[in-house]
Amino acid sequence: MTPSNLLSVNNLSLGVTRAKHPATTIVKDVSFGVDRGERFGIVGESGSGKSLTLRAIAGLLPQGIDVFGGEINYEGRDLLRVTPNERRALMGPEIAMVFQEPMTALNPVMRVGEQIAEGPRRHLGLSRKKADALAIEMMAKTGIPDPAKRSRAYPHELSGGLRQRIMIAMALSCQPKLLLCDEPTTALDVTVQHQVLRLLENLCDDFGAALVFVTHDLAVVNQTCETLAVMYAGHIVETGWVKDVFRDPRHPYTRGLLDSAPDFDQPNRPLRPIPGFPPNLAERPAGCSFAPRCAQVQAGCLDSSPTLMPVTANRTAACFETRTMFEGMPA
Amino acid sequence: MFHRLSFIPGRLLRALPVILGVTIVVFLMVHLLPGDPAIAILGDKGTPQRIAALREQLGLNQPLWLQYATFLGRLLQGNFGTSLVNNRPVAELVFQAVPVTLTLLLFALILSLLISIPLAAIAATRPNGGRDLGVRAFTLLGQGMPQFWVGIMLILLVSVELRLFPVGGYGMTDAEHLYYLFLPALTLAISMAPTIIRSLRASTIASLGSDYVATARSKGSAGSALFRQHVLRNAAIPTISVIGVNLGYLVGGSIVIERVFAIPGLGSLMLTGIFARDFPTIQAVALVVALFVIIIGILTDVLYTLLDPRVNFSKEARA
Repeated sequence: MTPSNLLSVNNLSLGVTRAKHPATTIVKDVSFGVDRGERFGIVGESGSGKSLTLRAIAGLLPQGIDVFGGEINYEGRDLLRVTPNERRALMGPEIAMVFQEPMTALNPVMRVGEQIAEGPRRHLGLSRKKADALAIEMMAKTGIPDPAKRSRAYPHELSGGLRQRIMIAMALSCQPKLLLCDEPTTALDVTVQHQVLRLLENLCDDFGAALVFVTHDLAVVNQTCETLAVMYAGHIVETGWVKDVFRDPRHPYTRGLLDSAPDFDQPNRPLRPIPGFPPNLAERPAGCSFAPRCAQVQAGCLDSSPTLMPVTANRTAACFETRTMFEGMPA
Repeated sequence: MFHRLSFIPGRLLRALPVILGVTIVVFLMVHLLPGDPAIAILGDKGTPQRIAALREQLGLNQPLWLQYATFLGRLLQGNFGTSLVNNRPVAELVFQAVPVTLTLLLFALILSLLISIPLAAIAATRPNGGRDLGVRAFTLLGQGMPQFWVGIMLILLVSVELRLFPVGGYGMTDAEHLYYLFLPALTLAISMAPTIIRSLRASTIASLGSDYVATARSKGSAGSALFRQHVLRNAAIPTISVIGVNLGYLVGGSIVIERVFAIPGLGSLMLTGIFARDFPTIQAVALVVALFVIIIGILTDVLYTLLDPRVNFSKEARA
């Protein structure tokens, strides 16, 4: 990956501390970078820490989750060390977020136009009238028919797809440079999903915004992102260009993910699930977190944990066996 | 927005049978007494002549249905009968007392909101934190203390010791009314606030953890703007119905409190009536109090509809 100048996350660790219990690390030593205008995907199953990582960037960690260490550098400023006021000033005009559930992520008692206009009024200092006009303009840009009328609607009066478009209009209303998306299409049905993804891509291009896209859906990453990181049990296990990683996965977990998902190009290929379950994060195995489920596990994997190592140009993987294992293997 | 309020006429119409039921109960009050109402009313002052005269005055010699019809017919004309104590029309007594009690209730409601909203907000910001425990201790104490005792303690402390407020009475001018009603309203507010705080605290905690508040934060919203625009309006919705129910109890509570603070409201009228066996007065107050409760119920639904755009009681919504 090229050295990034928009967002760089370095050794971020997140977890829970409770009285009389040892601290539980949920996200451990996560590092990645995002360039201006880049579309970066974070893939992983439920509980892999991908959403928490995203929320840490947005400063929206749920109560009880603490940052144990690391840096989140946005344009050279460490977001974990700026004051709450500085950080709030960034949320909207610099960094914006689209959430997973359009059903619950909008305020149910506030008109959607007003919800879109809220950010521009606060950050751009627009009058109510100008902000309302901007809200309608943004709604039109997200392809909402009859935006002037719809801006007066309450969220429950709109469909899931329209609500997610409202969320996108809201997130982009202050022209952020970085858009964080937490599974924005998971709650939508497949046809709408496709439309919303296209819309996100086009709008990010128009506004020149970089995208960090968290999802469990490999097909979505394949369609939307240029680069990706695969997360497992709170670690990044592989990074690289999407097309490289999909063609030639270098971590057994990535390979397992690809093998367990259906592929339209090879409809007759049997699906191979990954045996077992992700580890209990409170009782992490001593060695590689994936070792108990790994088909290529070696004796050394159970003792020490592999770190992300460059594999080829622009590729890293956290696996001791990656060089020998995949050498010469057909994709 | 306003088409959603189209349920109001229908709701008023459906309140009519309830009101009719209340009139029947109130009417029967006199007849549910063991023995002859006239004897019960007159007590030891009852000579046979007086009893006969009172029976005639109350119309007790007529069949029951005719008595009820007469009672209802008079009610519809705003005639609640004549007080047996001072021979004044009961309607006049009631209409003097209604604004007093209404002011007291409204004052109490406003004070309890002024107490509850900040305390609930403080408690909800850090659940199980020190301030939350403090607020919860207050709610427990507030619910545990009987109203009349709180009233007496306030009189002793604030009126007698500190001489800040009068011990009782109602005053003459509007400003004086508010001054005289402050302590009784505070007493009622202290007893009502715990229930509001509990409800509001729980719904505020839920609201603070909700997705839409995370969305609002992602737009840079924080502090009081976040609380007003996103948290409170959502958290208030379940609390509205809690307040509605409790206002009903508050109407009952005000009877005792009016007595403690010697306020010439419906409660005092009711108690004086009970001690004097002044049945027309008791009937009238019972009827008016029932009306209060019914109206509060309807107002709760209206407020609910105004606050929550998803609520729709109108016919199209139910069809």
